[in-house]
Amino acid sequence: MTIELLIQYLMAGITYGSIYAIVAIGFNIIYNTTGIINFAQGEFVMFGGMIAISLLQFMPLPLAIVLAVLLTMLIGALIEICFIRWLKSPSVLRMVIITIGISILSREAAVHIWGESIRSLPYFVGNEISSVSVLGARVSPQVFWVVAACALMVLFLGIFFKTTSVGREMRACASNPRAATLCGINTRNMVTLSFVLSAGIGAFAGCVMSPITYSQYDMGTGLAVKGFTVAILGGLGSSGGAVAAGLLLGIIEAFSVSVVPLAFQDAIAIGILLIILFVRPQGLFGSKEAAGLSEF
Amino acid sequence: MKNLLTILPLLAVVILVHYLTSATDTMYYLTQLTMSAYYALLIIGLCVLMGYAGQISLGHAGFFAIGGYLSASLTTHNLIPYQDNALLAFLESSGMLVSGHDLYGEALLVVSPWAACLVAVSSAAVIAYFIGIPVLKLKGHYLAMATLGFGIIIYRIVLALEYFGEADGISEVPAFVLLPGLSVSGNFSDRVQNYYIAWGVLLFAMVLLLNLIDSRVGRALRGIHGSEEAADAMGVNTSRFKLQTFVLSAVFAAIAGVFLTHYNGGIGPSEAGVMKSVRYVAIVAVGGMAHLWGTLLMGVVLTFLSLRGVFGSYDDAVFGIVLILIMLFAPNGILSLNIRHRIKTIFGRGKKRREEEV
Repeated sequence: MTIELLIQYLMAGITYGSIYAIVAIGFNIIYNTTGIINFAQGEFVMFGGMIAISLLQFMPLPLAIVLAVLLTMLIGALIEICFIRWLKSPSVLRMVIITIGISILSREAAVHIWGESIRSLPYFVGNEISSVSVLGARVSPQVFWVVAACALMVLFLGIFFKTTSVGREMRACASNPRAATLCGINTRNMVTLSFVLSAGIGAFAGCVMSPITYSQYDMGTGLAVKGFTVAILGGLGSSGGAVAAGLLLGIIEAFSVSVVPLAFQDAIAIGILLIILFVRPQGLFGSKEAAGLSEF
Repeated sequence: MKNLLTILPLLAVVILVHYLTSATDTMYYLTQLTMSAYYALLIIGLCVLMGYAGQISLGHAGFFAIGGYLSASLTTHNLIPYQDNALLAFLESSGMLVSGHDLYGEALLVVSPWAACLVAVSSAAVIAYFIGIPVLKLKGHYLAMATLGFGIIIYRIVLALEYFGEADGISEVPAFVLLPGLSVSGNFSDRVQNYYIAWGVLLFAMVLLLNLIDSRVGRALRGIHGSEEAADAMGVNTSRFKLQTFVLSAVFAAIAGVFLTHYNGGIGPSEAGVMKSVRYVAIVAVGGMAHLWGTLLMGVVLTFLSLRGVFGSYDDAVFGIVLILIMLFAPNGILSLNIRHRIKTIFGRGKKRREEEV
């Protein structure tokens, strides 16, 4: 394998890896505040991309993206308020089934609104054939947008959770909802906020990735499974772990193309998920003690 | 014996439906009713796994596909080019292969449906066993994701391998001759016969499962559902019971796959899709998790309506909505809704009993 090819694969891996990391962080935000795995996480990404593509007919690209993110946040809030807010300590099985139902409904709504065609946003800079040379490998400029956007989101979330009072309140709910309530924090609102936040970053990822990976109504399930793989791999609830695991999975997938047929690429991610679930459910970077407290 | 008797009214309904359709000249309903019966076979198997053992599976379409695809590919792929192989010669001499001619008169040598059925169902059982050992150690979200992952892998495999016909699936699957004069096929003349075969298989399976849940095993499973730790402490071998139920439900799914594939004369990758698995889970939920009769009823009714195309292009959406509504308002299934009590509650009486419902 030549060095150019190596870098080519590496860049592809980093691109997809950062997208997986963002989906995984979306899982983590909701998991941290509610203990729910939101099976409809991938649908937020789909909505972001699809809404931005539709809005593009009426307004410039940056505005379309901002509006798409805001609309998806609204959808996230509506989902939480309609389906989850008023349930009193539901069982895990019930929550799994409800979020799966939401995921199906979102997908069906999307197919009736936008049809089955594959769409995409235009490249933010240049077009399909423009490329930047990195150590001899040709890389699309959109790749840098994706990586930069994902890095920015991780940074923004880090600052949000550490320094703002709302972020601190959300963390308080995550570590002990009852104690947080006693301190005067409205935990119900924090759960809604976590869905809004999760939908927002999902939608933003959906917009920046759309020129490269395209958007389609049924892209959600695949992304959700991979995002979940990454979230588990990095240790459920940990953002740093999600980034590291996302890049790892992306790179493994990218290099696997040279070994196995493309059709089996998804099977590799799922194979990794199954192995990690059996062998080390606390994730690569999670501690065994913390895992002992949670149920697998 | 008791359960054998409870089946009799259903048998009467099955016969009545046949006479009603033939009297009203709507015999075409029997085709969908036959298919619904096979889907219901898978669904009652899943019901025991989900409702009684309390283990969710989002990969049962995978087992259905293993059964259907293996049976279809073995009975359609021509083995003539490998005829000199010693193994093949042995199989042929033991009557496991059948020869014939295809549409163009070419010589054809394929595995007989009985042998293919055995291979398909036992493969599903073996796969379920080896998948089940690690997967059933997981709980809740993790179990759901792991089984979903298994389902997606099967879907990818049937979609990617040329042996399984890629996106086209496998067609022209021959009839499955159960006994001389009794065959599972989509032939117009065999419609009534197939209706009774399908419902016969379903009723037989129902008796089997009813007996199972009334037995010691059934009580152990309910114990596991209530509290796995408590069941463990009482000396129930929880992991063994969970695994056995998982394998049993996979076998049911595979048998449904084999029969339906022979009945339809083919199978396509959509049968292995995630949406199918979710749909089965939805139907079990609607029927009321630990309620075999409710699940059977809902399985037949909902798949029948879906197959008749009542929901049009909103087919998947209907199942999604049903799933959410049931889980929000009646997590114990639609038959658990005590309508009279609900009305009383609305008019201000019986408020105290409201707590008990949940």
